[in-house]
Amino acid sequence: MTEIRFTVDGRPCLAKPGQTIVEAAKANGVYIPVLCHYEGLKPAGSCRICTVRVAGRYMAACTQPVTEGMAVENTAPDLEDMRKSLIEMLFVEGNHFCPACEKSGNCELQALGYRYRMLAPRFPYLWPVRTVDAGTPLVLLDRNRCVQCLRCVRGVRAKDGRKIFASVRRGPRVAIEIDHKLAAKLTEEEARRAMDLCPVGAILRKETGFVRPIGRRKFDHTPIGADVEKGIGR
Amino acid sequence: MSKPVIATASLAGCFGCHMSFLDIDERILPLVELVEFNKSPIDDIKKFSKPVDVGLIEGGCCNSENVHVLRDFRKNCKVLVSVGECAIMGGLPALRNSIPLRECLEEAYLNAPTVDPAERIIPNDEELPIILDKVYPCHEIVKIDHFLPGCPPSADLIWEALNALIEGRPLHLTYDLIKFD
Repeated sequence: MTEIRFTVDGRPCLAKPGQTIVEAAKANGVYIPVLCHYEGLKPAGSCRICTVRVAGRYMAACTQPVTEGMAVENTAPDLEDMRKSLIEMLFVEGNHFCPACEKSGNCELQALGYRYRMLAPRFPYLWPVRTVDAGTPLVLLDRNRCVQCLRCVRGVRAKDGRKIFASVRRGPRVAIEIDHKLAAKLTEEEARRAMDLCPVGAILRKETGFVRPIGRRKFDHTPIGADVEKGIGR
Repeated sequence: MSKPVIATASLAGCFGCHMSFLDIDERILPLVELVEFNKSPIDDIKKFSKPVDVGLIEGGCCNSENVHVLRDFRKNCKVLVSVGECAIMGGLPALRNSIPLRECLEEAYLNAPTVDPAERIIPNDEELPIILDKVYPCHEIVKIDHFLPGCPPSADLIWEALNALIEGRPLHLTYDLIKFD
């Protein structure tokens, strides 16, 4: 048997063995929102935006492999509201000043806010005290905007395989650190990749802010996930 | 039938949202037909003189006067709307929220290079409003009924929201109208 049959919100879908729910749904034109997930990186399952329900149980669709006959709930109103609340929590637990952010318009957190019509978060703002690290030649690390998705930790490595970004401390004090010595050797291409890996404006290639004008940015007119759903209405 | 009454205020904002409101361009003519303005910087009426249907608030709360005005609006407006990022999340003024207030005041009034050394004083006249420890979004001070995000919210968004609220219908917010910048 080479293909696994499963459903998303009742719609029949096919998956390859070993595919996660997110990957398989995407191959079938169904968008499951993700934030910490990045194609090609080992899934972390840390942000839980992709939470779906299978047989009454909640699971991270980016880490859970599809099994035969699985009936995935993806757009139930309570699930969608829970995802929206997760997005709101990420907004209030950092310092997200969209109007002043270089990533605005290309930011995945902001795009999820748009998709889920977050007009104002239901939680009080926490205003954490966080620091900025501009001590490397090409890359700026602004922890105010960090959502601890760990994409940079997983995806940015030096030539010998050593990690350039690492997560330090735990719980509410968790933060991303950058290895200055290794980061000093980043090439232009690697620095750009680090910026592209970051879903928010926490990692920026210096001196490139606001290159694309308002109206021509990634999510100005196109909702996040529209590429996945293209041709297949929800 | 009397026209719906609206009121506006700019708290800790830059008046950019009011400017964006004026960006409705020629629609300002139907607006005059549509509504009557009460307390607002647009007509310079300083005090509420009648009950208001829709209150538009720009800016968050950074001092005691902002809180006073906001509570006054809540008391006098049937529907209260947070307009723009500052009203919704504090915006630019809230950049000070991660810096202790004393440090902010000392930097501005005592240590800044442009301060006259003979007149170093943190303003403390009792006529001045008291600065809050942080800049607060409006919905953390009073109940807010609707939120119009953006910096500023586009004129189209403000126009659509105002019309919807006056007509008593739900707001029709398309993807292009919801922006946080």
